[in-house]
Amino acid sequence: MNYYLSEELNDIKEICAGIAEKHIIPVRALLDEENRFSREIVNAMSDAGLHGIYISEEYGGSSEMFGGGSMALCIATEELSKACGGIALSFAANALGAMPIMIFGSEEQKKKYLPDLVSGAKLAAFALTEPDAGSDAGGVRTKAIKDGDYYILNGTKQWITNGGEAQIYTVIALTDPSRGARGLSAFIVEDGTPGFSYGKKEDKMGIRASATRELIFEDCRIPAENLIAKEGYGFIVAMKTLNRSRPGVAAQAIGIAQGALDEAARYASERKQFGKRIDSFQGIQFMLADMDTQIEAARALTYSVARMIDAGEKKYDKESAMAKVFASDVAMKVTTDAVQILGGYGYMKEYPVEKMMRDAKITQIYEGTNQIQRSVIASALIKETAARRK
Amino acid sequence: MRIVVAVKQVPDTAEVRIDEERGTLIREGIPSILNPFDSYALEEALKWRDELGGTVIVVSMGPPQAEAVLREAVSMGADEAVLLSDRAFAGADTWATSHTLATAVEKMGNIDIVLTGKQAIDGDTAQTGPSIAASLDWPQITFVGNVRELSEKHIIAERYVEDGSEVIKSSLPVVVTILKDANIPRLPSLKGKMRARKIEIPVWGKDDLELPEGEVGLDGSPTRVVNIATPEIFTDGQIHHGEPEELAKLMADSLLGTEDS
Repeated sequence: MNYYLSEELNDIKEICAGIAEKHIIPVRALLDEENRFSREIVNAMSDAGLHGIYISEEYGGSSEMFGGGSMALCIATEELSKACGGIALSFAANALGAMPIMIFGSEEQKKKYLPDLVSGAKLAAFALTEPDAGSDAGGVRTKAIKDGDYYILNGTKQWITNGGEAQIYTVIALTDPSRGARGLSAFIVEDGTPGFSYGKKEDKMGIRASATRELIFEDCRIPAENLIAKEGYGFIVAMKTLNRSRPGVAAQAIGIAQGALDEAARYASERKQFGKRIDSFQGIQFMLADMDTQIEAARALTYSVARMIDAGEKKYDKESAMAKVFASDVAMKVTTDAVQILGGYGYMKEYPVEKMMRDAKITQIYEGTNQIQRSVIASALIKETAARRK
Repeated sequence: MRIVVAVKQVPDTAEVRIDEERGTLIREGIPSILNPFDSYALEEALKWRDELGGTVIVVSMGPPQAEAVLREAVSMGADEAVLLSDRAFAGADTWATSHTLATAVEKMGNIDIVLTGKQAIDGDTAQTGPSIAASLDWPQITFVGNVRELSEKHIIAERYVEDGSEVIKSSLPVVVTILKDANIPRLPSLKGKMRARKIEIPVWGKDDLELPEGEVGLDGSPTRVVNIATPEIFTDGQIHHGEPEELAKLMADSLLGTEDS
């Protein structure tokens, strides 16, 4: 479908396709097998200018050129995900780590941290999840206690994408344990701060080319000026950040699905059984048609949400949840069907679709499980209905 | 450092077919690309420009649509681009092409080094680079797989030849043709792509270069392509068994045509 992307957005697409072909496709199976993050590929993305596409020109980026950063981020994430959902995640997680600073940071914080993210000198990560705080952000136990001009952090963050590889972490911690979610605050913690170390490196089912690690804070003193927004704003910072980044997860899911469909369609055009190409069989044709249609529907929804955000819409939590739920469910379905079309070959690691199927699964889980997203959508719908009744 | 990279737009040979009757390439519907060897020359130029400072100018002789490869070169980081295009240039052989390119290099002025790919993947002559040097009366180093040193004064480059390599030092200005061993060409950047879309590319014709009619295009080309054909493959070899002396005699006789003596 023609989405009438601007020339600038098409540039992003072409550049990502170039990076995918030259840097990602040749090594994706190896990185997957070795559970390894590749800084070289992330560097190639910075050299191409990709880390600036969602950051304002004021801080060295180029988001204005793309009419805001959301569509740009979606286009790039989707294109990179066609080749490898894991490597694309390292890119998108950098944006996620930067967003609290972009949306809520002070002028000083933006000037201090964003240019290094644009240049690729530094990487960012976002740290909310803990062993007891997944969908329920109110379960955060990491504490940040004020001590003069410092906050002292204690606790453990879990499953942090880009953990151990990033230099700038935006961390959600409790400044007032008596107030639950309202007692949360957001902080910037830099790699190398005494008392900040990395724990377990996760061995994941998919997206294995992305780094996922524990962050450990033991009497970690950070300057008070590293507080983002105000004390007590942590929950809002986290929620607004995730609302903004969710179309990115949808784009990742769409990319993974498209990559799988491309493989399946090509295979079906080459594979012969009973003396015929298997794409001449209606059973395969209907599967391919459904896969293609579902992906296009997910893409149309996701682009619409991204354009809505770029247009300056303030409230998009429902739409952003819809895009994430729909696209990730499509990705799981499409990648499973791609494996089915490739049959026995699809189940083998020589072909990329089994990896795509493993990579797709996480998109239904992270940045708010699809069940939580459905709750968000339903509660927004119920509110809208109630408002109409008045 | 002012570096010129001479590039060519070529048909993507992965897709090319030959018109058997006419002995020419069928160009219709074949995508055009930047000659892959030229992309190594461009990368080498960009690499040294990044290190030493200066300007990289890409130049190409070709039809108006050859502008596309110049824009591609700018998207990768070239600073300036010039297209040499004129109806009078049509039908040029390697002599006329390199003479035209060399004249453009002279017009640009103060050029320290001209880089180009070892050959183009369509013509495969590997003549244009050396011939530019001849036309400019500059030294040349061909088939370079590694530029070891480059400064305002000299270049030290390693040329890869069949049985090893030769290290050549030359003064500047110089013409160097580059092999794919030299580097890994960079990808275009977003900034580069934006610049490539906006940059004004001057088009120089015969008159801009002050070249007389007889030195450009078909009229300026001594070469005539008589025929292009796939060489016949001879498969009627013979296998003989015997003592070395016997076999040597047999081979000598066969080569000398003295079999019956």
